[in-house]
Amino acid sequence: MKGSLLSRSLLNVAAVIVFVCSVFPVYWMVNTSMLPGAKIKSTTPSFLPESLNFANYATALGDGFIPAMWMSLAVTGLTLVTALVFAFMAALALSRFTFRSRKSLIVAVLVIQMVPAEALIISMFRLLDGWHLVNTVLGLSAVYIAMVLPFTIWTLRGFVQGVPADLEEAAQIDGCSKAGAFWRITFPLLAPGLVSTGIFAFIQAWNEFVFALVIMTREESQTLPIWLRSFLQATKATDWSVVMAGSTLMALPVVIFFLIVQGRMTSSMTSGAVKG
Amino acid sequence: MLATSDALATTEVDTPRSRRPQLTPMLLLAPAFIMLAIFIGWPVVQMIVMSFQEYGRAQIFGADPEFIALGNYTKVLTDPTFWAVLGRSVALAAVCVVATMVLGMAIAVMMTKLGKVMRTVVSVGLLLAWAMPALTATIVWGWIFDTSYGLVNWLMTKLTGDNWFGHSWLIDPLSFFGVAAIIIIWGAIPFVALSLYAGLTQVPSEVLEAASLDGANGWRRFVNVTFPYIRSIVIVVLILQIIWDLRVFAQIYALQTIGGIREQTNTIGVYIYTESMASGRLGTGGAISVILVAILLAISAYYIRLTLRNED
Repeated sequence: MKGSLLSRSLLNVAAVIVFVCSVFPVYWMVNTSMLPGAKIKSTTPSFLPESLNFANYATALGDGFIPAMWMSLAVTGLTLVTALVFAFMAALALSRFTFRSRKSLIVAVLVIQMVPAEALIISMFRLLDGWHLVNTVLGLSAVYIAMVLPFTIWTLRGFVQGVPADLEEAAQIDGCSKAGAFWRITFPLLAPGLVSTGIFAFIQAWNEFVFALVIMTREESQTLPIWLRSFLQATKATDWSVVMAGSTLMALPVVIFFLIVQGRMTSSMTSGAVKG
Repeated sequence: MLATSDALATTEVDTPRSRRPQLTPMLLLAPAFIMLAIFIGWPVVQMIVMSFQEYGRAQIFGADPEFIALGNYTKVLTDPTFWAVLGRSVALAAVCVVATMVLGMAIAVMMTKLGKVMRTVVSVGLLLAWAMPALTATIVWGWIFDTSYGLVNWLMTKLTGDNWFGHSWLIDPLSFFGVAAIIIIWGAIPFVALSLYAGLTQVPSEVLEAASLDGANGWRRFVNVTFPYIRSIVIVVLILQIIWDLRVFAQIYALQTIGGIREQTNTIGVYIYTESMASGRLGTGGAISVILVAILLAISAYYIRLTLRNED
């Protein structure tokens, strides 16, 4: 594609605008989190933190962040791993075998997305209560796994279909066992698919708020979103700088996960290309 | 391991359609489907059953529910509040879906034309916005639009010369939904832009070059060459956006906590939550849910038909 210097620079200006619009709220959250409490009540906003002031983080951390973080990590981890394994198995069945339920699965995915979760909460709560799973990592994770499964099966199915079965056959001719061909050839090619599906499951479980609110009733079993919300209400006049510190702490693990996964995604794609 | 080798065996034989149910795919599907049946299927069945019953606080505490046929549905459909809530939700979703799709597509096309460095900058920005939890995003935007010390009021005072301090954006329903729309669109653009960009990278460049040699300008190339390649992704993303925006919950609920009058700003997701959870009217809550699913099914009927045909 050729383009004049003018259109090139216009394009770059547009890119900068998109970047700034995407990032500004994130920046503003971090910026506010560094402000001393008194400074926030000022008619002129401070666009840059005057100093790296972590007092608000200390306040937020001292107020139940750590247990809520462990809770969130446990629930998200269990959801992520189980959903990926189950969805991968199902995706394999749906793309490498020929039978009818393919179509109904696609429709089921969409229909499940349509059911308002808010209407299912009470039934789910009773179900979990009957099995003594209320306020447990296992109970909340089970609900999250079921909620992310349709979408993860659907996405993974697309990725599995994208890997031609010929590749495996070629490897078998070269002397690989059937299972060996699968793990050495197909699986690495599927890694980017597992990663992007994993991102979806991770974000869903880490950020989910309504089910956690109803199912995790005890204070010691709060997940991060519930912790953050209780913070908003407990302090009568909202202490914005502390809330922003809390929000930053909650967003941080997601950003770290994204950064790790980004690297993996590119490396697995290149290694896949070399092998293919 | 056993499962995968069996899977390979089947591909080799390549039977068009199995005559008897095979054990391996059933075993592979079992864990996912058991989870779905227990935790989604059963609650959905209960929701549908309750929508035909008188089911309120008394029933929650053990009284026997009474079958009232379409009672809940007539109650809901003759309630002006329901129609107000539905109208509001549809209007909000329409604005959000159109804006998200147009901006998302524009950003995706832009990304294909950018140099490597700028493309990375844009995708990092999008990922950061995407990583932000809806609840956190709502709180931050709530702070940006804060009545007393919000950035927007400061900016408006600077720009117009009038005094905007003390102006509450969340009290007036119209500007409440303006703020809500910004939050929803801002949060949805990364998914749309990155999915569409992934689709655009699949369009073979030879085809585009051939089209431009034939004298097609940028817009015609996009409409006649690029778009047909990415149409299925566009439709999936569009349908998902409609579904998600029409039943939006977290952003509206959190924004109502920061400010705003609940009765005038409820969307259908929040309305179902207040009916079922706060008021304990599970019967009517169930009926509203069934109506919402019916509306969404009607909207996506075309897509479902299309998918069924393509899967043959």
